[in-house]
Amino acid sequence: MRWLRRNLVVIAGLGTLAYLILPNVVVTVFSFNNPTGRFNYAWQEFSLDAWKDPCGVADLCGSLSLSLQIALWATIGATVLGTAIAFALVRYRFRARGAVNSLIFLPMAMPEIVMAASLLALFLNMGIQLGFWTILIAHVMFCLSFVVAAVKARVLSMDPRLEEAARDLYAGPVQTFLRVTLPIAAPGIAAGALLSFALSFDDFIITNFNSGNTVTFPMFVWGSAQRGTPVQINVIGTAMFVIAVLVVLAGQWAGNRRKKAQPK
Amino acid sequence: MTATAAPPQTAAPAEPPVHRASLRKRLIPYWLLLPGIVWLLVFFVLPMVYQASTSVQTGSLEEGFKVTWHFQTYWDAFTEYLPQFLRSLAYAGTATVLCLLLGYPLAYLIAFKAGRWRNLLLVLVIAPFFTSFLIRTLAWKTILADGSPVVGVLDKIGFLDVTSWLGITEGSRVLATPLAVVCGLTYNFLPFMILPLYTSLERIDTRLHEAAGDLYATPATVFRKVTFPLSMPGVVSGTLLTFIPASGDYVNAELLGSTDTRMIGNVIQSQYLRILDYPTAAALSFILMAIVLIMVTVYIRRAGTEDLV
Repeated sequence: MRWLRRNLVVIAGLGTLAYLILPNVVVTVFSFNNPTGRFNYAWQEFSLDAWKDPCGVADLCGSLSLSLQIALWATIGATVLGTAIAFALVRYRFRARGAVNSLIFLPMAMPEIVMAASLLALFLNMGIQLGFWTILIAHVMFCLSFVVAAVKARVLSMDPRLEEAARDLYAGPVQTFLRVTLPIAAPGIAAGALLSFALSFDDFIITNFNSGNTVTFPMFVWGSAQRGTPVQINVIGTAMFVIAVLVVLAGQWAGNRRKKAQPK
Repeated sequence: MTATAAPPQTAAPAEPPVHRASLRKRLIPYWLLLPGIVWLLVFFVLPMVYQASTSVQTGSLEEGFKVTWHFQTYWDAFTEYLPQFLRSLAYAGTATVLCLLLGYPLAYLIAFKAGRWRNLLLVLVIAPFFTSFLIRTLAWKTILADGSPVVGVLDKIGFLDVTSWLGITEGSRVLATPLAVVCGLTYNFLPFMILPLYTSLERIDTRLHEAAGDLYATPATVFRKVTFPLSMPGVVSGTLLTFIPASGDYVNAELLGSTDTRMIGNVIQSQYLRILDYPTAAALSFILMAIVLIMVTVYIRRAGTEDLV
């Protein structure tokens, strides 16, 4: 009993972790299922068919590649625009700074559906054709604030004296920025970019409103929930989970190595 | 930098170029801001204006919509969909409390007790972000299906008797009940609670715990008087990051619920995309925004961490 009390936090924490991971386990297990009806909700028998042919369902891999493209462009757009804003906010004093800060904060303090609906209202009123471009515009818009938040946090903790030192050693403004400022800010920018990519790739609500007939991967999954989910969706879900874990672990490993290589 | 030791100007440059250079310098922040801010003004602020104008239009899809300043739409929409509004707030509120109760121990575990497992645990919290949340929500359909092992255990230990008595499940059914929707919402937004909690817990100097222990505080007192107050920034941002998106969500109610569990997000979605009653949809979305912004403002004031914004 005393053991239980002493380890209560560990037990409760691991319980929560189990709750978080349980669906991923189910997704993985059911990627090896051979369902008998249209729906892959009940276990039938083991099969590797879906893993051998992940693109075997019409439109699935098309929607996947579309989502990857949109996520890539949205990440580039949001990272460039957001990093510039973050630097302006941290490094310069100017009028309207408060207003800019709240404008950045607002998209994060609003239910997604409100933004989704208002963008649709804009596009409908302007008579703009919904599709690739409207999705991209929307994704850059909602990723922007998250990039600003991530980069701002990093730049705030930077020592401005490092840049002064670079200038004292006769580095030009461009050289200072490329050789000193950017490398130090890089982890923040990378975090913002990674977050953008994940948010854009996974976004359903805003895309649902502004995609017209264009089908991104989340849209495909949503549609398949009504029509019957192919096992291939579980294959792709499992693969994404494994790739994400590997990428994050590799990133941490590289970070640790660099930290060890640097003398304090 | 040169202000302290300005050398005597031997070849004094003409006045205008100096002035222009400093002006250019003062304009740098504005040039940095311009593209991003224009993007937000055009694709975030302007759409709000358009939606505001849509909400006071009348007409039909065939004849077209015209601005007639018909504010009645707001009142009609609010009274007609009041149950869905209340349900959304109740579900989102319950999910937020559950996220806090479930997320705190895990964040605490990662911050203070994980040791060399810390990185792995963090990865396991973040990794689900990268698997489509729709796929994971569909997995809950399997987990909560009638007769599934999880439901079987819940039934056996009498949990479902209690929840049925509370009216959030029906008999031995979980799927298509309020419990399923709240379970999905809690699951979906849990990482948004854990990460801010972890960030603020990790910043706490553990010597404070030792000091409190030296002063004869029991572990419970240390938590109540030291750890929890110091983690308040994480609690506030975690609850906001959970409650705000949960209040507008319609995915969980659609995939895991039934017609009796429809939230306001489901109504807005179907009004915009199926029924095509744009004025009502726009009015509903503005009412939701107003409710959320008011609640968030009051909450931040109460929690006393205005520097968060």
